[in-house]
Amino acid sequence: MIEVKDVFFTYTNNVEALKGVSLKIREGDFVAIMGQNGAGKTTLVKHFNGLLKPTKGSVIVNGVDTREESVAKLSRRVGFVFQNPDSQLFCETVEEEVAFALRNFGFQEKVIKTRVEWAINLLGLTRYRQTSPFMLSGGERKRVALASVLAWDPDVVILDEPTIGQDYQQKEKLRQFIIQLNTQGKTVVIVTHDVEFVAECNPRVVFMVEGKIVGQGAAKQVLTDRKLLARASIVPPQISQIFMGLADFGLPTDVIDVYEAKEILLDFLEAKS
Amino acid sequence: MSVFEGFRFRRVFSPIHELDPRVKFFYVCVVFVIAVMFTQLLPLILLFLIQLPFVLMAGVQKEWIKSMRGASLLALMIFLFNFLFTYFYREYPSFPPSSSLLEYSLSMTLRFIVLVESFSIFFLTTSPDRLGLALEQSHVPYEFCFAFTTAVRFVPVLAEEAQTIMDAQKARGLELERGNFIKRIKNYIPILIPLIVSAIRRSLELAEAMESRAWGATDKRTNLYVLKIERRDYILALISISMLILAVYIWLFLREQIPSLIPLITA
Repeated sequence: MIEVKDVFFTYTNNVEALKGVSLKIREGDFVAIMGQNGAGKTTLVKHFNGLLKPTKGSVIVNGVDTREESVAKLSRRVGFVFQNPDSQLFCETVEEEVAFALRNFGFQEKVIKTRVEWAINLLGLTRYRQTSPFMLSGGERKRVALASVLAWDPDVVILDEPTIGQDYQQKEKLRQFIIQLNTQGKTVVIVTHDVEFVAECNPRVVFMVEGKIVGQGAAKQVLTDRKLLARASIVPPQISQIFMGLADFGLPTDVIDVYEAKEILLDFLEAKS
Repeated sequence: MSVFEGFRFRRVFSPIHELDPRVKFFYVCVVFVIAVMFTQLLPLILLFLIQLPFVLMAGVQKEWIKSMRGASLLALMIFLFNFLFTYFYREYPSFPPSSSLLEYSLSMTLRFIVLVESFSIFFLTTSPDRLGLALEQSHVPYEFCFAFTTAVRFVPVLAEEAQTIMDAQKARGLELERGNFIKRIKNYIPILIPLIVSAIRRSLELAEAMESRAWGATDKRTNLYVLKIERRDYILALISISMLILAVYIWLFLREQIPSLIPLITA
């Protein structure tokens, strides 16, 4: 679906943000791209809908080289939710905001109406249909931004730092929502350094350091690999920290899920008593 | 955007960077005045060349070339407009256009280039802090100085933000280059609104942050650094003044004798 082939990218101020990145994302994948600030995560995903074009190498989306397609055309398939909702909200009402992209893509008015309705309901914004997006709270604005992207039903959804500035409950809702999207067959790519969030979502994880991919694999493997975590300067999730500390008791060290951890600990305690 | 690139200050040390901003500004003004005084090619070429040593001494060639390249499109437009409009206004039925017209349009273009050149040297070699200091020591009220330095400092931040907003709207299918003239202007509404809103938000936050750090608590401020006019500044001031006197002299008495460069170009 998305194929990144040995991509290099240099910004106009001569900062080389990507240094030979290759990555394959298949249909229905759920991928988390992690790494420190400035590792090139956002730069990489901005290549997926053609916002940035590689300086060297190529990015193929649905069999088309991104250099030969406009951002608008690519965006129809690849939806990108930006980190800060304030960088896109500008309409007078939430409804208008959600309809904006649909108008750009040339949907018919009738279809737009049903799509807007659907997206607003999906993200629980029905109360705010006629409210100005600027009057909403940070979390709500983020949901409006998400609704405005999901409304055109892209095959791939990219979420840049979806958890920033969200309280725990909102995060949990977001997690369930993302997993629901993924089970419905959407390809989901999240960019984040929220390690706990990733541990709970359990996606495929890609680690980036200084413009290169240094490791990838199932969350369970990658987030418990001490060497790799140290290299990517990522603190392991708390559950994994506990189990790394308990390794002497003969417990497994590759645990990141709360429920799994509970089961293992209960079994262990029962066996002891 | 690349024109602005040339006006962005980078911290480097060179004799030009160390010069007092007030004197440097005086020099820029002198260049400005001289450039506006003459419509002949020769003095403008000289004016252009005189400034090159400054660029080299300051070691800002790369940035300077970038800004000149950015200005080249505008320069081309200035040339074409001058050439075409003056031709149709003055000489129309006769063909080909006279060579003095060519010289005139070329010098108008060069005048613009000289102005961009001198201003970009000034901004490339003067840190916003020193500029603010210079204003303050010229007895401009501190509030204005602060507003000025803050504005200058936030230009790159805003430019970056505009880029992000453009990306975000493009990702929602906005095509900036589509449609007729009116439609194209309308296309910028989704970019301007978020930009203005965030600028206002940012300024309110900045005001709160400043107040919580006791901004304006004392009436009489002192500065850690104080600008002092030194020998090199006197030298630059002297150069500027003599340039001005020379230019005025030439303009008053030798204006008619400035040789035209057209034979050189056409040869």
